[in-house]
Amino acid sequence: MQKNVTLNKESSPSVDLAQCRSILSNYSSVTHADLIPILQLIQDAYGYLPQDVLIEISAKTHIPLSKIYGVVTFYSQFYLEPRGKYTIKVCTGTACHIKGAPDIKKKISDVLQIQEGETTPDYKFTYTPVACLGTCFLAPVMMIDGRYYGKLTVEKTEAILKGY
Amino acid sequence: MKKLESPDELVKFRKSLELKYRSDKIRVLICTTGCRALGAEEVFKAFKAEIKKLSLEDKVEIVDTGCQGLCARAPVLTIEPMGIFYGRVTEMDVTEIVSRTILKGEVIERLCYTDAGKRIPYVRDIPFYSKQEKIVLRNCGEIDPKNIHEYIVRDGYAALSKVLSDMTPEDVIHEMKSSGLRGRGGAGFPTGNKWEFVKKAAGDIKYIICNGDEGDPGAFMDRAVLEGDPHTVIEGMLIGAYAIGARKGIIYVRAEYPIAVEHLKIAIEQAKTLGLLGENILGSQFGLDLEIKMGAGAFVCGEETALIASIEGKRGMPRPRPPFPATNGLWGKPTNINNVETFANVPVIILKGSEFYKAIGTETSKGTKIFALAGNVKNTGLVEVPMGTTLREIVFDIGGGIPGRKKFKAAQMGGPSGGCVPAQHLDLSIDYETVKEVGAIMGSGGLIVMDDSASMVEIARYFMEFCQDESCGKCVPCRIGTKRMLDILTRITKGEGKKEDIDLLRELAEVTKTASLCGLGQTAANPVLSTIRYYINEYEELINKKSSQTSPQQSSAQQS
Ligand SMILES: Cc1cc2nc3c(=O)[nH]c(=O)nc-3n(C[C@H](O)[C@H](O)[C@H](O)COP(=O)(O)O)c2cc1C
Ligand code: SF4
Ligand code: FES
Ligand code: FES
Repeated sequence: MQKNVTLNKESSPSVDLAQCRSILSNYSSVTHADLIPILQLIQDAYGYLPQDVLIEISAKTHIPLSKIYGVVTFYSQFYLEPRGKYTIKVCTGTACHIKGAPDIKKKISDVLQIQEGETTPDYKFTYTPVACLGTCFLAPVMMIDGRYYGKLTVEKTEAILKGY
Repeated sequence: MKKLESPDELVKFRKSLELKYRSDKIRVLICTTGCRALGAEEVFKAFKAEIKKLSLEDKVEIVDTGCQGLCARAPVLTIEPMGIFYGRVTEMDVTEIVSRTILKGEVIERLCYTDAGKRIPYVRDIPFYSKQEKIVLRNCGEIDPKNIHEYIVRDGYAALSKVLSDMTPEDVIHEMKSSGLRGRGGAGFPTGNKWEFVKKAAGDIKYIICNGDEGDPGAFMDRAVLEGDPHTVIEGMLIGAYAIGARKGIIYVRAEYPIAVEHLKIAIEQAKTLGLLGENILGSQFGLDLEIKMGAGAFVCGEETALIASIEGKRGMPRPRPPFPATNGLWGKPTNINNVETFANVPVIILKGSEFYKAIGTETSKGTKIFALAGNVKNTGLVEVPMGTTLREIVFDIGGGIPGRKKFKAAQMGGPSGGCVPAQHLDLSIDYETVKEVGAIMGSGGLIVMDDSASMVEIARYFMEFCQDESCGKCVPCRIGTKRMLDILTRITKGEGKKEDIDLLRELAEVTKTASLCGLGQTAANPVLSTIRYYINEYEELINKKSSQTSPQQSSAQQS
């Protein structure tokens, strides 16, 4: 679950810090316990956690940047890279696994020409595996943004992807 | 709505609601939580529109509920008071359901549940339902979870009221101990005893936490309870907080469960408005402030010390115990952590009494357990049965057996920490101890049925990959042990296994089990050991096949 981090100033696009500042302004004093909720809100706003924003959080909260990176890299829900317009979460849980999730995963990779954890070059799709979406009775399942798709077959998966 | 200032006001309020709800309205209960995945929300909207169009609002009420259990038939609905159950309903069926079933009382055959070719329209006749005993799921699928009135009218918060007016914290703990309730989060620790430890721990500030991380892939009961009946969890936490002396509670919910979070937020707001959360609850000195925390995607955060670290804003890594959270938990204060299902049992135990509760179940395991039936079984869904029910009853009588002329091979119980129970143990009566004896664990209640097409080595490999991926890396035996075992299992499934691999696996399993810090590492080898125990021939076959030169990709190994 650990992610590799490269701090690379040049390649990170510059971002508008206004949203980040407005989220932080809702907290009069930030404690360590607020860090994960703040990161969740900020990721909702930006779609990922841009480096400049993390630097800003550190400056405003006095939580060392290294600590923030430690947290961000630990949890699989935090992303340091820009994401696609749509996020495809494919269930790799047990029920889905025995009902053909590996074939579904392969199909998605084939259609989108990317591997798990990657984003298409046109930033349309990000493709991530998750261990169980809690709808195991519909196995195999995937979720595209807020929408569930159950009882998938390879054909159905392809058609759904092409529909976006 | 104004706050309820005393237990009497709650009773009066319930009476007024009873009048309102005791109407002769027809209620169409539509599951719009899990069934959403197959278009339940569209069905719900179509019903609302149709009822409006025909001006039937006074006669018919459309209610969006949580899971009704028989998820395999999603989207599902139940029409009360007739008790008609329909599945695989689409928007297209709505006009006909209203005109025929609701207005004329006719049954629409094609939407009914079928059993061996027979159509069964009524809930009471469907074996899936008639064999269950619903305590935790008593409201789930029958009420609108976004409306606290529907909870209150079904004796909601009556247990809290009883506790506040008639019971001391010691009485509550005594009642919990005598009920025999054991934690439903995996380890099965007696709940009353845990509460007693926290109550007796020194310190004024104490915390109560509900563990809704539900990480076991294949388990979805906590999700269903949080989505379908959030108030029962809140009430259970309130009673727990009163017993141990906590004033602050946290519900930690898995990030993948947005509907659960939404329903909990609504429930907390509504409970606050009625004075059932916050300060001076029902006019008493007792108060509880409740907060939701969302997980950020790490299986190990379901482990209690890791969960606490995560709430504190840190990397969610387990730490050695003792000290246990009961003395040294959140922010170093005494903390009580229970699972969602554990808390959901509490109001019933208090209201109906421990005698009622302990009459259900087996000698060592009291009450009911919810199982999430998934995999190769006809009626995938949620079932709640008394402890001691046999696997055969769950898989065949309730679950409807294996679809497509296949045979039952095994049930995987307890997820990545559990094991496979083979066909010879189908008549095992399930409780914490018996499941352990056959090499699995009760765990959270995930029950994945596998038919004879499943490769057991592949299942072992799958779980090892899961554990290896989710290992937090803090301790060496788990970090390296899971990696090494995964390598070996992968090579066996690829047809590249070696003669000594089975012994090597056993040895690594032993080390990982004894030397790992937390439950993840300690139990990671269970799926391997249990499949070696019952299916060693499958291992040997794959290993021996090596000499007969199969191409590596031909086996069932599915690499990701
Ligand atoms: C790796 C790991 C994952 C766990 N995941 C969960 C979980 O998702 N939900 C849960 O309630 N307990 C989980 N537990 C068990 C908790 O540590 C703890 O025992 C439980 O929440 C206590 O509640 P109970 O006494 O009501 O069962 C997990 C334990 C381990 C070692
Ligand atoms: S056993 Fe595994 S998951 Fe648990 S603390 Fe050690 S490395 Fe982390
Ligand atoms: S295993 Fe896929 S949704 Fe649970
Ligand atoms: S999720 Fe709809 S019936 Fe279970």
